[in-house]
Amino acid sequence: MVKHKILTKGLSLWYGENHALKDINISIPEKAVTAIMGPSGCGKSTLLRCFNRLNDLVDGTRVKGGVLLDGENIYKDSMDVFLLRRRVGMVFQKVNPFPKTIFENVAYGLRIHGSKDGGKIEDRVRESLIDAAIWDEVKADLHKSAFDLSGGQQQRLCIARAIAIEPEVILFDEPCSALDPISTAKIEKLIEELKQIFTIVIVTHNMQQAARVSDYTAFMLLGELVEFGKTERIFTAPEDKRTENYLTGKFG
Amino acid sequence: MRRKKELFGILAIRLSVLFALVSLLAILIFIALNGLKVLSIGFLLESPKEGMTKGGISPAIVGSLWLSLGSISFALPLGVLSAIYLAEYAKGKRLIRIIKVGINALAGVPSVVFGLFGLAVFVKFFDFGVSIISGSLTLGILILPTIIRASEEAVLAVPQDFREASFSLGANKWQTVRKAVLPSALSGILTGAILGIGRAAGETAPILFTAATFYQRGLPHSIFDDVMALPYHIYALMTEGTSPQYQVPIAYGTALVLLLLVLGINLVAIIVRTRARRAKKW
Repeated sequence: MVKHKILTKGLSLWYGENHALKDINISIPEKAVTAIMGPSGCGKSTLLRCFNRLNDLVDGTRVKGGVLLDGENIYKDSMDVFLLRRRVGMVFQKVNPFPKTIFENVAYGLRIHGSKDGGKIEDRVRESLIDAAIWDEVKADLHKSAFDLSGGQQQRLCIARAIAIEPEVILFDEPCSALDPISTAKIEKLIEELKQIFTIVIVTHNMQQAARVSDYTAFMLLGELVEFGKTERIFTAPEDKRTENYLTGKFG
Repeated sequence: MRRKKELFGILAIRLSVLFALVSLLAILIFIALNGLKVLSIGFLLESPKEGMTKGGISPAIVGSLWLSLGSISFALPLGVLSAIYLAEYAKGKRLIRIIKVGINALAGVPSVVFGLFGLAVFVKFFDFGVSIISGSLTLGILILPTIIRASEEAVLAVPQDFREASFSLGANKWQTVRKAVLPSALSGILTGAILGIGRAAGETAPILFTAATFYQRGLPHSIFDDVMALPYHIYALMTEGTSPQYQVPIAYGTALVLLLLVLGINLVAIIVRTRARRAKKW
């Protein structure tokens, strides 16, 4: 029996008048990779940003329904959003390290959450960089600017930054869309390894990527969740005609 | 016919630019020629002597530095905090627009009016007297709009990605502003601050009634002392005293020093900005 980490119940979202998510019911299994795929504008990133409530930053956002993290509705009034985001980390489409050193990028979250002990911070930064498979490349340059790294390295640094505060879930929002194939392969391999420790949700418009990295796949279209299931099953025997059309390249 | 009109248009544009450049050069050369006659190391290091007809202008240089530093140390924190409020916290376009109209209006107030305000409020009401502190506060209000605008622009120019990254790590708004936004906006803020210092150093009217004195033996001892200042020194030399044949050359020398000081400060601002732009990779 698979344990569910995140569960949405009749989740709808509006940006002003724009109805971006329509009655989404999905359950994200724990310690597995769930891919959300679909064409541009289908609402997949919006759904992802419901899981850490980053949509709150956009003015005029309205949400109906609920998102349960370990059974607790994260949209309830008493929810501590900052604590939520500590538990649910994120890696972005646009590679976005801070204009700080490599070390300070990874230490950022630790310091935010009150770590003062220099030795502990150092240890945690090293562990995170090791876990993000970038330690060997940067261990000599920890105090150089993060901008000196290549795009792929910067993205792995961002992953280390997210890992450092020991979240339970990591959300990847098209993490490879700006990267070359070799960097993409490294990140995909890393995601494979990270699922031992974290629950992973990855948004992608690249169906090959979804097929390669994920255990479960959701297909979205026009703000609706069309189909959700084990990745093999979705790719070999889609139940919905629209999923089949997308997979066979009839649109997208 | 159309061709002729175009040629005439281009000519007018070129002449306008030429006129601006020639004006600038004319001022620089005129001041330099007249000022260089009296300029020397002694002129920079000595106090005025013999009823302002001999000696140097060192108390005025020091006074101007005090006033500039005083005004910026008051206006910078206030300006940056206001800018953060406008760029990050203020809700509602109407409110922001009203505040901005107010700031623009403040920027448009004639400088002598600031002088009168400073006299009434800082010199009289708070009883600071004619002093460095009164002059600094008055100049501080004068340069506040410059600082707010530059800082706001710098804060708004920080990519949204940095804010999102910070929030996604569980930071609250203030942590995000302090640790992710402000460091990235620093160079823009500094540029604004330096331009503000330059503006404060060059103003006469705001310190006329609030800080400046015609003559002072030695240097001020505290921020409650009055001071000599470069722009006011020029004004005083040209309007008071009885020996214009000696005073006018000193005034030109003072003008040259002031001009070099302000141009130098602006140059620093340009360098800071260029360096920051080159270092920026987002």
